[in-house]
Amino acid sequence: MTDAMPVGDRKPLPPPVDETGVVGWARKNLFSSWGNGITTIVLIAAVVWILNWFLEWALFTANFTATTGSECRGGGACWALIREKFRYIFFGSFPYQQHWRPLFAVITMLAMLVLSADRRMWNWRLLVIWGVGSFITFLLMFGQIHIPLSLILFVALAGGVIGLTLRSALAPSSERMAYYALIGIGVVGLALRIAGVLPKWSIAIAPLSYVETSLWGGLPVTLILATYGLAFAFPYGILLALGRRSNLPLIKGLCVGFIELIRGVPLISLLIMASVMLPLFLPSGTTIDKFLRAQVAVILFAGAYIAEVIRGGLQSLPKGQFEAADAMGLNYPQKTLLIILPQALRVVIPPLINTFIGFFKDTSLVLIIGIFDFLNTANQALVDPNWAGFPGEVYLFAAFVYFIFCFSMSRYSKYLEFELNKGTRR
Amino acid sequence: MFKKVMAGVLAAGLVGAAGTAYAGKDLDAIKARGQLLCGVSTGVAGFASADSQGKWTGIDVDVCRAVAAAIFGDADKVKFIPTTAQQRFTALQSGEVDLLVRTTTYTLTRDTALGFDFTGINYYDGQGFMVNKKLGVKSAKELNGATVCVQPGTTTELNLADYFRTNKMTFKPVVIEKIDEVRAAFFAGRCDVFTTDASGLYATRAANAPTPDDYIILPEIISKEPLGPVVRHGDNQFADIVRWAFYAMLEAEEYGITSKNVDEMLKSDNPAIKRILGVTPGMGKALGVDEKWVYNIIKQVGNYGEVFDRTVGAGSPLKIARGQNALWTQGGLQYAPPIR
Repeated sequence: MTDAMPVGDRKPLPPPVDETGVVGWARKNLFSSWGNGITTIVLIAAVVWILNWFLEWALFTANFTATTGSECRGGGACWALIREKFRYIFFGSFPYQQHWRPLFAVITMLAMLVLSADRRMWNWRLLVIWGVGSFITFLLMFGQIHIPLSLILFVALAGGVIGLTLRSALAPSSERMAYYALIGIGVVGLALRIAGVLPKWSIAIAPLSYVETSLWGGLPVTLILATYGLAFAFPYGILLALGRRSNLPLIKGLCVGFIELIRGVPLISLLIMASVMLPLFLPSGTTIDKFLRAQVAVILFAGAYIAEVIRGGLQSLPKGQFEAADAMGLNYPQKTLLIILPQALRVVIPPLINTFIGFFKDTSLVLIIGIFDFLNTANQALVDPNWAGFPGEVYLFAAFVYFIFCFSMSRYSKYLEFELNKGTRR
Repeated sequence: MFKKVMAGVLAAGLVGAAGTAYAGKDLDAIKARGQLLCGVSTGVAGFASADSQGKWTGIDVDVCRAVAAAIFGDADKVKFIPTTAQQRFTALQSGEVDLLVRTTTYTLTRDTALGFDFTGINYYDGQGFMVNKKLGVKSAKELNGATVCVQPGTTTELNLADYFRTNKMTFKPVVIEKIDEVRAAFFAGRCDVFTTDASGLYATRAANAPTPDDYIILPEIISKEPLGPVVRHGDNQFADIVRWAFYAMLEAEEYGITSKNVDEMLKSDNPAIKRILGVTPGMGKALGVDEKWVYNIIKQVGNYGEVFDRTVGAGSPLKIARGQNALWTQGGLQYAPPIR
């Protein structure tokens, strides 16, 4: 008599040793056939060889301490060049003793971007963050800011108008009265200012020495051009996208015309127009700040591209959403802001971030009009006759910095896609 | 910022309204601004480049500083505006810069049709040849049958062909599009000769040669590229100051006045030196600047020889020989009319 083990209790044997663990994985994935085995070995050899060569160049024979370019020559990578030049590459011709200013401006801008990446901030806080952040950034960069009276009046007027349109049927009467008051102050003040009754007066905030835009350079320039270019291009692009879907032929025609014109020419030609043609049209002696010209060109260009991305999102919405909003008695701004855009923008996040990353790098085209962004200060570091002749090191360094920015943007896009699509995922 | 821009717009409007009849309008604007706006290149080694602290240096930069020293008595009252090759002439025409010193070749059309005045030649450049010392070649005339690295579609390529044809020699061109690759090909030994503008040859030798001492630049220069400072038509007084600020640097070198000995030279008995340094007044008044204008230039910037040596010459990594840029008394072309 044998104690037969019940069938269900029989323990499954462990898989053979060469099917599990590292060995098993390698057998299955790397050496499953003769051909695959040889490919694997050749590729591993190639990787080791390249890595060996690169480490030899970048680390073991590299020079970290040379004081002139000629001392660096002959060995491996000349990282001493980066050590000597990194302040110039990051901050350009900004007065050397004051480099802490662009440093803190960059930190402020990064903090501003990181904070506004958090979804919990996506309300009135966003306005505060950008208002305070931008103020600190430009105060540090310029050193002095003059806020003219007319600007304050204009902001009051704009605030009143925007508040009134968005909250017209929703706000209590006291809030509406406040908007009317703002509009009143704005209109009357501006009229008096133009008539010359109110003096030309401005609030001067001048804790630091004034540094003009022509001395800005490096990372702050890249960040300002990209951040503010896209920050302004985003609402502008939304307006263009809405305009393109408008029923009014004039608005539609203008928006289509603008978008197609801008998309039909390269950014470089727009920058050349701004720097070579525009000054010839202006009366002699009049010049518009070069940096401002580049910034406007970037905004116009990015606006057209963002508009088309957003139009894709708008078109993906079912008609029922529009009709439901109409049925609830919402006016056009309310319908657009509360019902349509939140859904449309969610759809277009990946292509939007793609556009953002593209423009972050495209800003280096401003070299064409003699503005020194990050890549161009890196280029400039190559020209110094004392340190000339090490392009590899400088470009690797620049690529590394660009990669950090672009990679974090793409990770953020991934996180955002995940967060915003929670509702639609099963 | 806004206020400053508006003030600028208003000031510009007023200046414009004053009309072109007023001869010194550019100079007045410069004085009112308290700063000279000088267009330089976006980075050419030895001519204009920013150092590790963001300070501009170079032989072109020093011309700007000399003009500022003549006008304000302070060589630092100048703002350098980097301009690209496409943008430089518009920047000057539109008033974005007062003065352009940007390795710009002096030609008839630029001097006339573009509405500019060249005020002198601060560097005589021209196409040259670089070879490895191992070839044992001492003159371009010995280059018969050589392989030559050159960029396609440039005047450089045409000059090269003309030169070899007129001297009844043959050559094998190695035509490569990108300048970096041309250099790499030359230093890898794919060709015997590398040709481009001489200043470019020196810069390449200093920056890209594995051992710069192994290469020589042959003495023959086969084309004319005179580089000089440029101003707009319309303000002859300002053009005069730019012209004579540069001549003063040449005159100072000729009379042996340097930034080191300029204070002792004030006590010199030589009437020419007395006139130049303003000990005998008159020259500054004639030009409409301070009588000590040359003293300020030499003290703060240096004479032409010092500047050349410091920026592109023996005292710099480029090690360009004086050659055509030596004074006329030493067999070169640099010749200043007398200051009297």
